[in-house]
Amino acid sequence: MLRRIALWIDDRLHLSKMFDATAGHPIPASAASWFYVFGSGTLLCFVIQIITGICLAFIYVPSASDAYASLEYLTFKQPLGWLLRAIHYWGSNFMVAIMTVHIAQVFLFGAFKYPRELTWISGVALLFCTLGMAFTGQVLRFDQDAYWGLGIGAAVMGRVPLIGANLVRLMLGGSIIAGETLSRFFTLHVFLIPGLIIALVSLHLRLVLTKGINEFPTPGKLVEKDAYDEEYKALLKKEGVPFFPNAAGKDLVFAGLVTTGIVLCAVYFGPKGPIGAPDPTLIDTTPRPDFFFLSLFAALALLPAYSETFLLLTAPIVMIVILLALPFISGTGEKSVRRRPVAALSVIVILMALVTLAYLGARSPWSPHMNAWSGDAVPEKFVKGRSPLELRGAVTLQNKQCRNCHSLGGEGGQRGPALDNVATRLTSGQLVRQVIQGGGNMPAYGKNLSPAEVAALVAFMRTLHAPNEMPARDSAVPGQPGARETRTVK
Amino acid sequence: MAINENESNRTAHSRRSRRGFLLKLSVALNLLAAALIGVPVIGFLLSSFRRRARPGSWIRLGALETFPENQTRLATFRNPYTRPWDGTTADIPCWVRRTDGERFQVFAINCTHLGCPVRWFQESRLFMCPCHGGVFYEDGSHAAGPPPRGLYEYKYKVENGHLWIEGGYLPTLAEPT
Repeated sequence: MLRRIALWIDDRLHLSKMFDATAGHPIPASAASWFYVFGSGTLLCFVIQIITGICLAFIYVPSASDAYASLEYLTFKQPLGWLLRAIHYWGSNFMVAIMTVHIAQVFLFGAFKYPRELTWISGVALLFCTLGMAFTGQVLRFDQDAYWGLGIGAAVMGRVPLIGANLVRLMLGGSIIAGETLSRFFTLHVFLIPGLIIALVSLHLRLVLTKGINEFPTPGKLVEKDAYDEEYKALLKKEGVPFFPNAAGKDLVFAGLVTTGIVLCAVYFGPKGPIGAPDPTLIDTTPRPDFFFLSLFAALALLPAYSETFLLLTAPIVMIVILLALPFISGTGEKSVRRRPVAALSVIVILMALVTLAYLGARSPWSPHMNAWSGDAVPEKFVKGRSPLELRGAVTLQNKQCRNCHSLGGEGGQRGPALDNVATRLTSGQLVRQVIQGGGNMPAYGKNLSPAEVAALVAFMRTLHAPNEMPARDSAVPGQPGARETRTVK
Repeated sequence: MAINENESNRTAHSRRSRRGFLLKLSVALNLLAAALIGVPVIGFLLSSFRRRARPGSWIRLGALETFPENQTRLATFRNPYTRPWDGTTADIPCWVRRTDGERFQVFAINCTHLGCPVRWFQESRLFMCPCHGGVFYEDGSHAAGPPPRGLYEYKYKVENGHLWIEGGYLPTLAEPT
């Protein structure tokens, strides 16, 4: 009876035929490899994002006045709301990370070459859609980071020549960051980009079926447009295995690991934020993007100011053009990374640059520590045994907020050099000049310090050196006063 | 026989022309329909892209005596154009510096580098940005860091003992105040 029902359903829906044509399609035995699990892993993350996203949308209110309250409600009142927020957040982290590995693997295995150009191009589009989801998702967590993140986005748009002001208005949906801005990003995050992703994933998978999965590359085996299709057909005939269960088994194991990983991270680390109500009048805030954009955030601090606008506007275009042109520039030839040193090197360099920049972005050594002047005390060893004038200088150093950018004893900002042994680097004259005129990325303090304050400050800084190190001396003035400078610190 | 052939030719011809006409009609009709739907949709979506007349308007910041001379104070105002669901996002802060008498400088809160909120430090008389380390002097000019220009300054006027500024939009490099 059950069998007859099953056969009836199959006859009406052609399920077994559909299965044979998709999950049952033959793949080269070499492609049933652990290296090939990252595409399905990314897709799995996307499915988890859809499920948890729909759950969050049951509660979340996409209105500038209520979004923050609804986020707090989700996190603290709604049963399991915190967990779903956490899974959605960690799911996005995993999705970006696994997608990055997938792209690197596809690139290193030459899978973008003939005849899979369109698979690669749809993948590039998916990359940008996923990054779009990451940015818009960060905005929906409508807190201070989201508000000022939008401010950064608007400031970047404002650098576009001619239509900059129009683009800012288009992005914000008005003249300021407010209600319409959030609605706009909600629509992008919940309808527009996910719809695009579903369409692109369908195309991506369709191409995997029509053009086949890339065989595990063999060094020395070149791709030639005339011969490849025949060779691939022969390969499938010789050692083809059905995708299910041979390769799908590995995909499923990885899927289990990824899901477990996401949930474990969610349970252990919890959801991110929301950090502070999106009230622009609360200006004691230190906006930072989520980790996907930390490297970009760092690059914006480190690029030379004169090249910044140019690079901001041209680099993304150049990057997209390179990615899209890649399968046509290098569509044939060697696939194995063992014979493609430039490819291997570029992946290493790009990943290292991204990781280094993200690390710098997380530390942000270029940002002043806003509370260092009032919060970080001058370590005792720097004031012990100092003269009244020097102590007066230590107070000036603290009061004039020098510590916001200069550290003492490891505490304080890192914008400028640490002052622990500044006396060994600069003479009295140089110190006076640096304080009054500034320079080398330091503001000039000439107008804000009285001569007495400068004298005290410099006297204090002249004591900042290790006991066994001589302070810097002006060689043009032999025998200049150095009595205090050889002091030992007890 | 000959007549028959003629007739079938004629019907085939008329059928072909009728089909051709239908095809043309359907294409034309649907192009029109697409325009009827598409123009309002695109117009709706891009309505905020269009450059409107300057959206700025005069906003009262507060009585003169709330801004002591030779001091820089944070002031906030409600954006003149708001939606009912804007919540706190329509409360915009700015820095007011009263140099002397009725001479002021009113700075936007946004750093000219990437729009983060600059903070005022009274002791060192500097504005510092928490994002990428931009620093400005008390008169708003660039002191250090990556910003490409000094702080954005609102136009101001003093009327009936109150300070007014012309504001209403987020200042950017493309559209400074």
